[in-house]
Amino acid sequence: MKRLLAIELQKIWKNKASRVLTLTYFILLTFIALIASIKFDLGIFKFHLAEMGIFNFPFIWHFNTYIASILKLFLAIVIVSMMANEYSYGTLKQNLIDGMSKREFIESKFLTVVLFASFSTIFIFVMSLILGYSFSSYTEVSIVFSDLKYLLAYFVKLVGFFSFCLFLGILVKRSAFALGFLLVWNIIEGIVKGILSFKIFPDSKSATSIMQFFPLESMSNLIVEPFTRLSVVKNLGTQIGLDNIKNYDVEFKSLLIVVCWTVIFVYLSYRLLKKRDL
Amino acid sequence: MQTILSVKNLNKRYGALQALKNVSFEIQKGNVYGILGPNGSGKSTTLGIALNVVNKTSGEYSWFDGTMETHEALKKVGAIIERPNFYPYMTAKENLELVCKIKGINYSKVTEKLELVGLVERQYSKFSTFSLGMKQRLAIASALLNDPEILILDEPTNGLDPQGIHQIRDIIKQIASKGTTILLASHLLDEVEKVCTHVLVLRKGVILYTGLVDGMSANDVFFELQADDNDTLMSVLSVHPAVKNVAIDQGKVLVYLKENLEAKELNRFLFEKNIVLNHLIKRKNSLEEQFLELTEKN
Repeated sequence: MKRLLAIELQKIWKNKASRVLTLTYFILLTFIALIASIKFDLGIFKFHLAEMGIFNFPFIWHFNTYIASILKLFLAIVIVSMMANEYSYGTLKQNLIDGMSKREFIESKFLTVVLFASFSTIFIFVMSLILGYSFSSYTEVSIVFSDLKYLLAYFVKLVGFFSFCLFLGILVKRSAFALGFLLVWNIIEGIVKGILSFKIFPDSKSATSIMQFFPLESMSNLIVEPFTRLSVVKNLGTQIGLDNIKNYDVEFKSLLIVVCWTVIFVYLSYRLLKKRDL
Repeated sequence: MQTILSVKNLNKRYGALQALKNVSFEIQKGNVYGILGPNGSGKSTTLGIALNVVNKTSGEYSWFDGTMETHEALKKVGAIIERPNFYPYMTAKENLELVCKIKGINYSKVTEKLELVGLVERQYSKFSTFSLGMKQRLAIASALLNDPEILILDEPTNGLDPQGIHQIRDIIKQIASKGTTILLASHLLDEVEKVCTHVLVLRKGVILYTGLVDGMSANDVFFELQADDNDTLMSVLSVHPAVKNVAIDQGKVLVYLKENLEAKELNRFLFEKNIVLNHLIKRKNSLEEQFLELTEKN
């Protein structure tokens, strides 16, 4: 395992573009902390985001993982190109000739994906802990470490999404086209969702229950947007007569669906690699 | 003698095209093999299958008497396929170190092999800055990193300038002289003739010949003669008991034999018949002539 990771990390780290993107990703993650400094002071109307409760435990776990997962696209580019480059440089062929098995090849890529996801999760954990202790109104241990399931959801979401990218990289073999395909797939899911919920099942919940099985939709269902959960926003909603009955929890079912997709994507990548002549 | 690679009844189809038909052969330790064949005859496909990058349609192959799995066996094989494939953004040294990681060996041989192919001064240059000849030499260094049991080269001089071709050939000869088993696929016949002891001839996916280079053609020895009057020469020759037939080619009379005949005996015989030769050579067919003969016959 160490050998496979060492091989893959050398490939990524020696590549300038991948290195810059990876560093950018982690630097941008730390910028979440800068949200704390957002302050408006308009005479009578004072607005300080950090004091609105977004950094309160345990809400901070939800908020930070949600924001952080938007940035995953940076690493997605690295992962798609690490796969597609192997095809365009012809190095996939050379790696196999040098004595890597096809299984090891996929394993090394997947281990890297897991490593990136773990690293991001640990990073977010540490950063949220620091931010939380600086701004949260509650710092009792039992409250601080409640709702850690958002971190698990974040980890599963990243692994699932990166596995999808890995699969696209193998399928399409060109990084730009693979990223384009990702975008197109996103649009397709959007269109299907629209048709299902407005045309086919306008009055029932069937659309949502079907859509939850789509890869990207299932990944975004893992961490529901946290904004309407903020007390300020919630109060505003009640005032204008909106009842909020949204479920913000991380559901076991969503986790399971994403894990299934991860398995499917990794297996399909392996099958594809195995069947193709190089 | 240890069998390094054995291939049995290998078949490969690309859709409607049958690229390989019942290909069988064995590679023994210590020999230098050449795979000959025109472009598209299935040389690269055969090697690709043995090297785990092309899927076979049917048939079998095994490395080292089937004692290990293909990808494990490949760690003891050095192979270069068509064009050198490396990471362009890594330096020569880094690329070789990556190969070491894949093969599970330490970095101790990197410098030694770079020296062998004459790339030590450029070891810190990025692969993308290399000329084709240098890339090919780096590929050879990479194939030799683990001191392989067998070195497989697929068209190693393709696209190189004469100087580059010469350098690669020198390196190959140097490796062959150390007793390393070599399998060289090429459509360049003189290349194979210069280094190989055994040869495999492929055409349209079928093996036409396997065996020693010398044993490729039955009518081994022949004479090449020239006299002032070639017509008389030919008519005189045709009555000699040892002569099978005579042919004329570009002003030279070619004499094929039924039985052994020494050059001096032939010379004396013709002199007694009042024919004086300008030119007398006893020779064998070149590999090119043997190859053409073989591929035309079939």
